[in-house]
Amino acid sequence: MSETSGRERIISKANKLRWEIGENLYDTLMESIYQNAKEIAEKAITFSDKKPPFSLDRTLDKILTSKYFGLPIMLIMLAIVFWLTIEGSNYPSSLLASVLVDYLHPLIKNFFNSLSFPLWLSGLLIDGAYLSTAWVVSVMLPPMAIFFPLFTLLEDFGYLPRVAFIMDALYRKAGAHGKQALTMAMGFGCNAAGVISTRIIDSPRERLIAIITNNFSLCNGRWPTQILIATIFIGGLAPAYLAGIYSAAAVIFITVLGIAFSLVVSLFLTKTFLKGEISAFSLELPPYRPPRILQTLYTSLIDRTIFVLWRAIVFAAPAGMLIWLVSNITVNDISLANHFIKFVNPFAFWFGLNGVIFLAYIIAIPANEIVIPTILMLTVSQLGLNQFGAGSGVLFELDSIEDTAQILVSSGWTLLTGINLMLFSLLHNPCSTTIYTIYKETKSWKWTAVSTFLPIVLGLIVTFLVTQIFYLVN
Amino acid sequence: MTKIENHNCVNCPVHNAGNLKKLGINMENFDFVVALAGNPNTGKSTVFNTLTGLRQHTGNWPGKTVTRAEGAFEYEGKKFKIVDLPGTYSLLSTSADEEVARDFLLFGQPDVTVIVVDSTRLERNLNLVLQIFEITDRIVLCLNLIDEAKRNGIYVDDRILSKQLGVPVIPTNARSGIGIDELTKMIFEVATGNYVCKPFRMKSDSQEFNKSIEEIVNLLAEEFPYLPNKRWVALRLLEGDQNIINSIRSGELGNIKLNSPTKLIEAENKI
Repeated sequence: MSETSGRERIISKANKLRWEIGENLYDTLMESIYQNAKEIAEKAITFSDKKPPFSLDRTLDKILTSKYFGLPIMLIMLAIVFWLTIEGSNYPSSLLASVLVDYLHPLIKNFFNSLSFPLWLSGLLIDGAYLSTAWVVSVMLPPMAIFFPLFTLLEDFGYLPRVAFIMDALYRKAGAHGKQALTMAMGFGCNAAGVISTRIIDSPRERLIAIITNNFSLCNGRWPTQILIATIFIGGLAPAYLAGIYSAAAVIFITVLGIAFSLVVSLFLTKTFLKGEISAFSLELPPYRPPRILQTLYTSLIDRTIFVLWRAIVFAAPAGMLIWLVSNITVNDISLANHFIKFVNPFAFWFGLNGVIFLAYIIAIPANEIVIPTILMLTVSQLGLNQFGAGSGVLFELDSIEDTAQILVSSGWTLLTGINLMLFSLLHNPCSTTIYTIYKETKSWKWTAVSTFLPIVLGLIVTFLVTQIFYLVN
Repeated sequence: MTKIENHNCVNCPVHNAGNLKKLGINMENFDFVVALAGNPNTGKSTVFNTLTGLRQHTGNWPGKTVTRAEGAFEYEGKKFKIVDLPGTYSLLSTSADEEVARDFLLFGQPDVTVIVVDSTRLERNLNLVLQIFEITDRIVLCLNLIDEAKRNGIYVDDRILSKQLGVPVIPTNARSGIGIDELTKMIFEVATGNYVCKPFRMKSDSQEFNKSIEEIVNLLAEEFPYLPNKRWVALRLLEGDQNIINSIRSGELGNIKLNSPTKLIEAENKI
């Protein structure tokens, strides 16, 4: 008992003293810290007279974070990154596809056949698992290998916090925390990482807003989808020499739309369910540092490209098998996939999408990376594989973006489908990893559900409106 | 500043061979625990990578590390587990990343705390340094980014700084590996107790404040004689930190008196 009373004595003494010192304890403490720090620093530091410190940094900051030029410069930077990615990944993509899909696939298939494997097994493994993996690699690898190093170079240089600085005013107007701009930037890499990075926000209210809206940052898994579809449907509208610029502009539009949605939804949440004060914060702009090119290339390749690719492959192989199964298991002579697609098509029509896209998004819940390969495989299997292949759920000879375009168009895709797919790719549920991360960070099923379903509802509303307007105009 | 003149020796593999051994994530049977603290974007993760040979993603913006990263290295036959804490501006606020850092320093009881500071922003960085001084005694100050400071015409005298602060100060440029060998050696010296730090204690102009702290420290000394950071606990009590009040009421605070790895692991599990 005496032990307990000793402890209580400390607490009550502290309580008493706290009243005596009064409210300004924190201020007194901070004051003395600042005072001491200042004295020590003054003794240890000498400045050279030659040039004022940070002169170049200040000039750069004046331009990059300027009220009028900041935003346009940011958009131009993004445009250059996308344009380089789009222009640069075309050739290596088709090269990879021709090796992995055109050349290796029949070779492996014949080898398995020569060993007289049962047809269903070689179908499941080769036409399902191998092909979808090969597709993920050839569709995803080149854009990632160009996009990530460029993005990392900007990060290493010190540009990301400037982006946050430019966006800060906007986010504050939306009732959100200025640091949300940083977590959004992190989300451009990976939404799960973006959700974790919201820990830098002190206020639980603002942190929750940042978590819910992080999904509006296009992530690793969705950039390639955006870039590919923009290249086919938007770039296709322009003369060849302008195609890259058109496609880049379309991707930027979607990116900016995502930012706009994060602002609107933040504003909506602040006005309704998450009312509260906006907390002030100070954002330290780090010095510009010359990026270490080689190291950046290495880390972005290991950290991001290989990591994302590996994740895609891990999910693509089982997804490929699943696709093969739903395309080959038949009920009443019609495959499961076709049953679903036929059932959903009338509904999907209202949103300018189709059953294949919806099915692909269900199969691709674990990883956004496999949406495009899934769509392609399902489309081919649904087309009955006339000139493209030789069996359900199998894909052949799609060794260039033109071929991909051809297959999509021949199954009834239009410009509208392309636009709506890009919109739906921005506005749909986060991948399962992100959903799990949201639950871990919020410890709330309610907010996890909100973060999951809110984007889908928005996606359906937006694609519905776009479709109706499109039909009205045409 | 003779350290800079030794530059070529430091980078020579012969010089390093047998001393620093990067162990990556192989953290078994460590002898000492080293915490890596500091303001955001001062290069903690770069120091961490250089010491452990790991390749934690580093980025030029504050707030990149929000969780703890762990790795290990070996020096002079002793194994060091090193914990990269999230960067924080202070230990007095309530965001989740700052709590990770504060709780680890308080309950994790690291053998050595390396505080990484940005030479170009020394004064502001010292605010955090002084707060950490309240929590722990065994400190090595890593004066990072000296190249950048030099480029901007700022010269920090590490010896004066060391004298002022009462802890070893090592100038480094972790990006190019300068000073890392001296840093490792100093971590070793402080961990083994060869170098005894006498960290600067904050003085306040307010007598009332100083007296209150002293009174509570005395009470704490009666109740928890082995508690190593009484001043900090007293500060938090005066502020009314509910976590600290609870851990006093439950007597939990008395458990963190020994510096043994088992205590560390227990404390870690609580975090």
